[in-house]
Amino acid sequence: MKLRLLGALSLGAMLIGQVALADTVKIGFVTTLTGGAGAIGNDMRDAVELALDHLGRKMGASDVEMIYEDDTFKPDVGKQKTEKLVKKDKVHFVTGYIWSHVLLASRNSVVGKGPFMITSNAGPGPVAGKLCHKDFFSTSWQNDQTTMAMGEVLNQLGIKDLYIMAPNYAAGKSMVAGVTRTFKGNIVGKDMTKFPAQLDFSAELAKIRSVNPDAVFVFYPGKHGMQFFKQYSQAGLKDKVPLYSAFTVDSLSLPRLKDLAAGSLMTQFWAPDLPTPITKIFVQDYRKKYGRYPTFYAAQSYDTIMLIDSAVRAVNGNLSDKDGMRTAMRRAAFPSVRGSFKYGNNHFPIQNFYLRKVIKDSDGNYTTRIVKTVYTNHQDPYAKDCKMSW
Amino acid sequence: MNWILLLEQTLNGFQFGILLFLLAAGLTLIFGIMDLINLAHGSLYMMGAYFAATFTQWTDSFLLGAMLALLASMLFGVILEVIALRTLYTRSHLDQVLATFGLILFLNEFVRLIWGPIGLDIPLPDVLNGSLELFFGIRYPAFRLAIIVVGIAVAFLLYLLVSHTKIGMLIRAGASNRQMVSALGVNINLLYTIVFGLGAALAGLAGLMAAPIMTVEIGMGEGILMITFVVIVIGGVGSIRGAFVAALLVGFIDTVGRSFLPDILGLFVSNDFADTAAPAISSMLIYVLMAIILAIRPQGLFPPKGA
Amino acid sequence: MNWSPRTAFITLLMIGLGAVPLIADGIDEPFYTVMFSRMLILSIGAVSLNLILGYGGMVSFGHAVYLGIGSYMVGIGTIHAIEDGIEWMGNGFIHFAVSIVFSALVGFVIGAISLRTRGVYFIMITLAFSQMFYFVAVGNEKYGGDDGLSLYMRSDFNGLFDISNDNTLYYLNFVILLASLYVSHRIINSRFGMMIRGAKSNEQRMASIGFPVFRYRLTAFVIAGTICGMAGVLSANQTEFVNPSVMHWTRSGDLIIMIVLGGLGTLFGPVIGAVAFLFLEEFLSGITEYWQLIFGPMLVLVVIFARGGIDGMLVLLDGWWNRYSLKNKA
Repeated sequence: MKLRLLGALSLGAMLIGQVALADTVKIGFVTTLTGGAGAIGNDMRDAVELALDHLGRKMGASDVEMIYEDDTFKPDVGKQKTEKLVKKDKVHFVTGYIWSHVLLASRNSVVGKGPFMITSNAGPGPVAGKLCHKDFFSTSWQNDQTTMAMGEVLNQLGIKDLYIMAPNYAAGKSMVAGVTRTFKGNIVGKDMTKFPAQLDFSAELAKIRSVNPDAVFVFYPGKHGMQFFKQYSQAGLKDKVPLYSAFTVDSLSLPRLKDLAAGSLMTQFWAPDLPTPITKIFVQDYRKKYGRYPTFYAAQSYDTIMLIDSAVRAVNGNLSDKDGMRTAMRRAAFPSVRGSFKYGNNHFPIQNFYLRKVIKDSDGNYTTRIVKTVYTNHQDPYAKDCKMSW
Repeated sequence: MNWILLLEQTLNGFQFGILLFLLAAGLTLIFGIMDLINLAHGSLYMMGAYFAATFTQWTDSFLLGAMLALLASMLFGVILEVIALRTLYTRSHLDQVLATFGLILFLNEFVRLIWGPIGLDIPLPDVLNGSLELFFGIRYPAFRLAIIVVGIAVAFLLYLLVSHTKIGMLIRAGASNRQMVSALGVNINLLYTIVFGLGAALAGLAGLMAAPIMTVEIGMGEGILMITFVVIVIGGVGSIRGAFVAALLVGFIDTVGRSFLPDILGLFVSNDFADTAAPAISSMLIYVLMAIILAIRPQGLFPPKGA
Repeated sequence: MNWSPRTAFITLLMIGLGAVPLIADGIDEPFYTVMFSRMLILSIGAVSLNLILGYGGMVSFGHAVYLGIGSYMVGIGTIHAIEDGIEWMGNGFIHFAVSIVFSALVGFVIGAISLRTRGVYFIMITLAFSQMFYFVAVGNEKYGGDDGLSLYMRSDFNGLFDISNDNTLYYLNFVILLASLYVSHRIINSRFGMMIRGAKSNEQRMASIGFPVFRYRLTAFVIAGTICGMAGVLSANQTEFVNPSVMHWTRSGDLIIMIVLGGLGTLFGPVIGAVAFLFLEEFLSGITEYWQLIFGPMLVLVVIFARGGIDGMLVLLDGWWNRYSLKNKA
């Protein structure tokens, strides 16, 4: 009798505990909201808000509080904002991060300090390899993967002499490393430009003209990509040397680039026409709410929120059950824009990469279409350096 | 050595130099005549670009938009001078640096409030969007050529204005001896306002011409402002001739350095190191140049007489 | 010292700064310790710059270069300590020692060349040197380049104290701030300091009396650099991250703003200014995203109207107070 009472009491206490613990899920989202790259952060924020709409603004029974922070494109500011999210706002998840250098600077303020960290874009090699951590997840890709796929494409196209250009920062270096890893021809020239300061590529374009390669490959995210395409065409190179890119043409720049990018080829893990049920709903509702095609940045941010939702539901809102949430996230059992996929041992997705081409849709909007699948279930090359296994 | 490439890079350096000259001319005039260190000069450059983007959108013509933007920049400069900067002429350089730095912050946020945080584009007419065949088979972007032509024309007009008109005489006199000019009964306040308006228009012109290449965005004037200061200090504060020579020098060194430094460095060190270190070293070159010139000639290349 | 509103304010400020970790722990908001720690570190930088700018009239626009030197010494040291297992390179005493020596050396070279110029040329040449160091850091791939270095440990002080604890680091910052204030006070009131101040108002006269103005100025320039280098060591430990932006010209500008805001050429002015600057940034940016729309004009107004900065206003207050108390006594 006594025991039973005790049991009932403790069950009651547990239930009360459960209710009390199902408190608000606090999510910090660090991105760039001002300056030339502000458009990207804005797109990511829109996708997060759409994801929350789809969830009815709740994760299971828990309310959700989003805190957006602007890293102003600077690693030191991003680090400071991250520290504030962890120490002052005491968030449960720190997410976002467009830029690899901002992510690398901020990582230590989160990992091992309590919250989970989920990158919605940046995927520098170290965090996928040596620095992998049980509390760190990605809903994007590892930087090298997309350009490794591009290297394969260039081989298939029979390109012999390639000229490479990228900005000189963490991601630029990974992207270049990726394409050189798989490309079998000669690299006849390489320019790493100062980022984000350099927007005038006249000197580099003159070099390209003088070398006259079979193809040029560039990685210029955000507004730099748009400027590069414009100047490439103004220099009269557009019809002379074919231009291939990664993360350079996106749904933000396409409406402004229009014909300048028509027919342009790129590799990517996702495209708005990817035939998965979630992508269909996501693209449709996104276009309805914001009147434009979502970027891949947006798709990844949408996935970030859905991943968190799957974790919070799995533990019934008990946010102190970190092991439970981690196990749930490792299953990747959430409706992802890329369809079903698995996480590698380093918490980076093992996924497909596609070749995309810029086209005009039936309404006259510029968008991209998948040409073919380059990699199926591809895992990044850094996973083997990650000591974690589960 | 590839001579055609060198020639083309020289042209690129020249184009950048011309852009710098437009900014430096106004800055050095304001500095030389009013003794004002105006950090907000970069903001005038930004305003010129934003005005041009808006007016081009309204009028559907880049040329018309640019003309209106030029006027708007001048007007904006005049208003700024009358409201805020006039009180700073008699203050120490330190005060001026701080107050105009405050203005930068204000104007950046002001632009963000009005035009939004994202930035704008200026679409170019088709004529300027392509490239032209020059001598020796060099193809050069038409718009960059236009920058060079406009810049040289402006430099020539400035030369005429300063050395062959009455107002130019006053400007020259003001640069070498301010007290004397005001003692001679010249309306010095009006002269100051005119000079400032002229400087603002030149900065606006630089901004609207750089905009199609560099995108219109908040804070776009700050990076180039530093280089402009380097230019006027190398040239000698107050000297337009000095600004012209120094601007071309700096433009040339910056562009040619960026282009050839990786190859030159590659001769001495590993290629990987050369590839990544070269952009930083080429950015550093102009500061090294300035330090050397100032160490040898503490008042720059062309110190104005009497100063 | 007579009691007055100004001394009361400064005393309260210093006591308040000393009590920050206790209060922050008390209200369970340890974030404030971190925030005030940043204030202390920038205060040290501002105090050191004030020595040459406020008292000596040398408007150095490149003072952040020493913050960079100190920071990179810690960053580079700890990287080797962790990756190559060279234990002494993670030692905090060595970080301080190397930073001081290196800052002094750099200060000597920059000063020896720059102090030959005057006015705006001096401003620009100090800026040029700091930009050079900035680009050296940007171009140095081995130590992170533009992306910077993350620190995986803080400096180790032989177990004497452990600054991986935020509160301990805070008090280390506080002690070094007090020390730099004391050193400043001693220098300003020494014969050497009189001479530096004298040269600010009339260089020719000091030179004609027979003082070696250049040499004295250079010495002051070097001393200011070494103190700021120590602030750099602390700054790297505080943020656990080093990148070239610690020595960007805007950071040098921030230091100047702090000094002018607090009170140019006064002992506690830079501290007041640093606290006010970071407080305003935090407070205003909390109110509105467009906080610089308010901060910018405020700066203009301070320059135009409040010439002595906040300290100047306190002095004014003192004046009123004295007249008031005199009247009461009479």
